[in-house]
Parts: sequence; C-alpha cells; structure tokens
Amino acid sequence: MDWNRREPVVNIIEKTLAKASDREQVRPGEIVEARIDSAMVHDITGPLAVESWKKLEETKVWDPERIVVVFDHFLPPPTEQAAKLQKMMRDFVDEQGIRNFYDIGRGGVCHQVMPEKGHVHPGDVIVGADSHTCTYGAFGAFSTGIGSTEMAAVFATGHLWFKVPRTIRVNVRGSFAPFVMAKDLILLVLGKLGVSGANYRGIEFTGQTVEEMSIAGRMTLCNMSIEAGAKTGVVAPDVKTAEYLGASSSNSFESLRSDGDSAYERTIEIDASTLSPQVARPHSPDNVAPIEEIPESRIDQAFLGSCTNGRTEDLRIAAKILDGKRVHDHTRLIVTPASQDVYQNCLEEGLLEIFIQSGAIVTNPGCGICIGIHLGVLAPGDVCVSSSNRNFVGRMGSPQAKIFLASPATVAASAITGRITDPRKLS
Amino acid sequence: MIVKARAVKLGDNVDTDVILPGKYLALTDPTELREHAMEGISPGFASKFVDGAVIVAGENFGQGSSREHAAIALKAAAVKCVVAESFARIFYRNAINIGLPAVECPGILTRVADGDQVSVDLEQGQIMNLNTGRTANTVPISPHLLQVLNDGGIIEHLKKKRAHQ
Repeated sequence: MDWNRREPVVNIIEKTLAKASDREQVRPGEIVEARIDSAMVHDITGPLAVESWKKLEETKVWDPERIVVVFDHFLPPPTEQAAKLQKMMRDFVDEQGIRNFYDIGRGGVCHQVMPEKGHVHPGDVIVGADSHTCTYGAFGAFSTGIGSTEMAAVFATGHLWFKVPRTIRVNVRGSFAPFVMAKDLILLVLGKLGVSGANYRGIEFTGQTVEEMSIAGRMTLCNMSIEAGAKTGVVAPDVKTAEYLGASSSNSFESLRSDGDSAYERTIEIDASTLSPQVARPHSPDNVAPIEEIPESRIDQAFLGSCTNGRTEDLRIAAKILDGKRVHDHTRLIVTPASQDVYQNCLEEGLLEIFIQSGAIVTNPGCGICIGIHLGVLAPGDVCVSSSNRNFVGRMGSPQAKIFLASPATVAASAITGRITDPRKLS
Repeated sequence: MIVKARAVKLGDNVDTDVILPGKYLALTDPTELREHAMEGISPGFASKFVDGAVIVAGENFGQGSSREHAAIALKAAAVKCVVAESFARIFYRNAINIGLPAVECPGILTRVADGDQVSVDLEQGQIMNLNTGRTANTVPISPHLLQVLNDGGIIEHLKKKRAHQ
C-alpha cells in the first residue's frame, strides 16, 4: 500500500463501498455504513432472520422490493419440520408484500436465481444469509454472506456496516487446455491460499483468462472465494456482463475498474495454459493436487450440480463426456441443475436425455445433496466425487464418508470409470 | 465482562458443518439445536459443555457455511465464550450478534490444556489460565461490541437503543 501516492489508486471493491456509503473514497481497514441494494434469504436462514426481526417488534420491512426470498435447501421439503419453515416464510412474504419470492418450481438454487432473475447489477452492494453470496462478484457487485440475525437488522434498516477489506489480486494468463475449467483454476488458487488465506480480504480475478471466461466460469471463481475465507470475490464487469444482463453496452461499467497494481495487497500470477484438472482431497477444499497425483480411488457416488457448478455450461461439458457412455456399475451419478431455467435449457439441448441414457438420475434443482440433507446423502464409507464446494467431514452425510471436489468434466469422466479420472483421457 | 469456565480444546479450521451438521438445519429452537453441538466430531460431544465451557481453538474457527445455527447451538449448549487463534469472519459476526463472546488471541493454544479452568476478561483483553497462573494478552474487544454482548446480542441492543431515543 502506497500511502504517499498523490492520485488515489483504488480497486473495484473500494469504489463500490465508497459509493454505497456516500463517500469520496474509502481505504482498507475503515468501517463504512453501506446502503444495501438487495438482501437475500433462503428457506434455512430466512426463518431465523424472520424470528429475530419479529423480536425487534417492527411491522414493516425497510423495502419489500429489495428483499429476495428463495426456497432451495429443502426443495421440495423432505420433512414436516422443513415444510413448516417454508409455510412460515410464505406467511412472511405475504404479510410484507415481498414480490421477489421464488417458491418450489419457480426458481432453484439462490445464487443461480439471483442473477438469472435480474437481482444483481454491477456496483450493487448485496448481502445474503448464505456464505456463497460472494458469487455475485462475478457481475462486478460487492456481495457477501451474513448471518440471520444480521439480516434481521438489514430488514429493519436497509444498511449494514462493513470493514473495507484489503484485496488480493489473482491475475491469470493463458487459455485453458480442453476439459480444464474455471473450477480447476479456483481449486488451484485455494491450494495456494489455504482455507484462511484470504480471511477478511477481497479477491479480484483479473487477466486475459478471466476476460475470455464465460459468466458461468466467473461465477464459479467468485463462488468459491469464501473457501479461502474471503469476504467477497469479484470480476470487473465488461461486455460479457452487459450481454448477460441484457444491457445495450458496458460503457456505464467504466467507473468500476480497478486503478492499478498498487490497489492490491498482493498479486498472485497464474499461467492457465499449463493447468491440469485439479482435485481437492478429503476433508478440506484447500487439500488440492493436480489430478496426475491423485490415486485412482474407487468412487461410489458422483455429483454434478450446486451453486458452484450446476449451470448449463457445466452440464453441457459433462454431457459431452457422458454421451453414448454408461455410468460405471458400482457408481451412481446424480445430476442436479442449478435452477428451473438451467433445467429447461438442458431439456431443450438434449442434455437430460444423455444423462438418463447414461444411467444417471436427474433431480430437481436444489441444495439438498451438497449440504447432506436429502436427494443423495452419503453412507459411512462412501466415496464421492463432487462438483460442489465443500468436502468437510460430514458435509454430504455420514462423517465416515469421503468427498473429493473436482470440475464437472472430472466428475463426468469419473462416473464412467468408477474411479477418479482425468477427463482428458476419455476424450 | 469476565467469563470463567473449563476449557474444551479444539484444533484449527473447525467448520460449521462439524459444529452443527446440515441435517439439523430444519431446527430453530436453541434447546433442540444444543443437543447436536459439535456432533460432527462425535455424537454426544455437547455433554462436555453442560457445566459451562470456554472453547479454546486454533486458526479460522467457524469456517464455511453462514448458518447462525452453529453459534446458537454452542451458546445454548452452555459454551460461555470462544477463544481462538483466529476466526472465520461470518462466524465471528454471528457469535457477537447472538451474544456469544468471541475473542481472538494468537498463541492461546500453547497456553491452555484441555480441562484447565480459564478466566476471560473481555474488557481488558486478558485470558488467565487458573491452573497454571499464566496469562495471555490480546486486543480488548471494542466498546461497541462489548455493549452488544452485555445487552445479550444485536437484537436486544437495537431494542435498548431505540427505547433510549
């Protein structure tokens, strides 16, 4: 940090927080009180937020148009208790006149639904009662996960305090080899940073590789920034962002670009052209190695989906690998599109047929399997290769199960052979 | 605010899936959640906290999911305070917001053994091991956060503030 500089050199995160708190400029370490553009809760964190909010004895939320409620963790509810939570949330939504409500069959996984349904814009400050809220940084927003009680305070006031984070830049050059994906890049970054390497910090992803990357890939990068402890991950908005959002040009995003090298705490340089598929071994997302170093472990279950890798682009590459092949006899493949829109795309593109023909089961959109609640819970001793984001002890069911995290391409290839397999070998 | 209790020691990177496994997330009642606190380590682990406890942990305590249920379960299970080498940021905010004291203290793991009686003075930023008489000093908690903790969490704090206005 160059404190003697004449012109302020600031990054996109600082610019966004300054604007949201009506300040000319903010510096890392400062506490700001920011206006919230959107606040999202789902069917697990929402009920606790509403209970806390009711204790405040408020009658009306600050702005029903800025609150988004998405059902995704119990989709559809597997127990009476879960059904009761959803009923309580429906009552709240009705009572408060919240129109941005995505019930069963209307949305899907919250982090897919938020941008899909137009609740994310470059320069927005967004909070969600879910740790993977950092996903929306892929659109140049400042977005971060908070707890339910903190969300109750946001429901009441529309503001929240933040400590302006220092920012680590991950600058990536070169083009991916075939069947190497954004997931492999973020796993590599997690291996380098460790699970607390970006604690209290922001991560900005820059460079040619990120510029060439699809919005889906950028979402994968920002989504897993939390796995390094980061407050948020972010990519500067550009013409691809504008295209996704249906904007006519990206001119209005110019003010959201970082000023230069000294706007960062440090920069990690990565050459993507030599990158192999990466795998995070049990029981931590930073326990990463290139696939060449992973013993070909037998797997019982393979999972394609989640807010990390359940998008059309992810399922398309998996279907390409699975086309005309069969899932191995001792392996079960579970495919979970991230949203109703993704589900529809897969149907129209013929991907669902490929999955079904291969012997996979296709479930409805939701978070249940990734979080070990329903739709594919692991038994003691099970080994799973998953395109999701966490492989902690007990994350997907039994504490005696093992989870390997990998890209959709690696998951698909592994489902065919019944062992963790390099997708480049099958193509 | 001074907290005294027996230390239950844990390692680095204790995640919220271990503190409160996903299958219990349909519960919202603290008295039900507390039964499952730290069940990811072993079933029945919460019984270690019953007579009051201070969790002494390593780096990055509470990493992962934003589920506030994790902090609620610990508090309801009679955990009086968590002292860690460092915290994951969402857990730290959740803990303070629900009125569970959380104190960052680099070096604490080497000063406390499992089962030692410890005393945590939040205002002074001092942790004393009552078995060895050794103390560890850390940055005192900010007056604002101390006020939130004294009021019993952010909701009670906001209500009190409003009543004064």
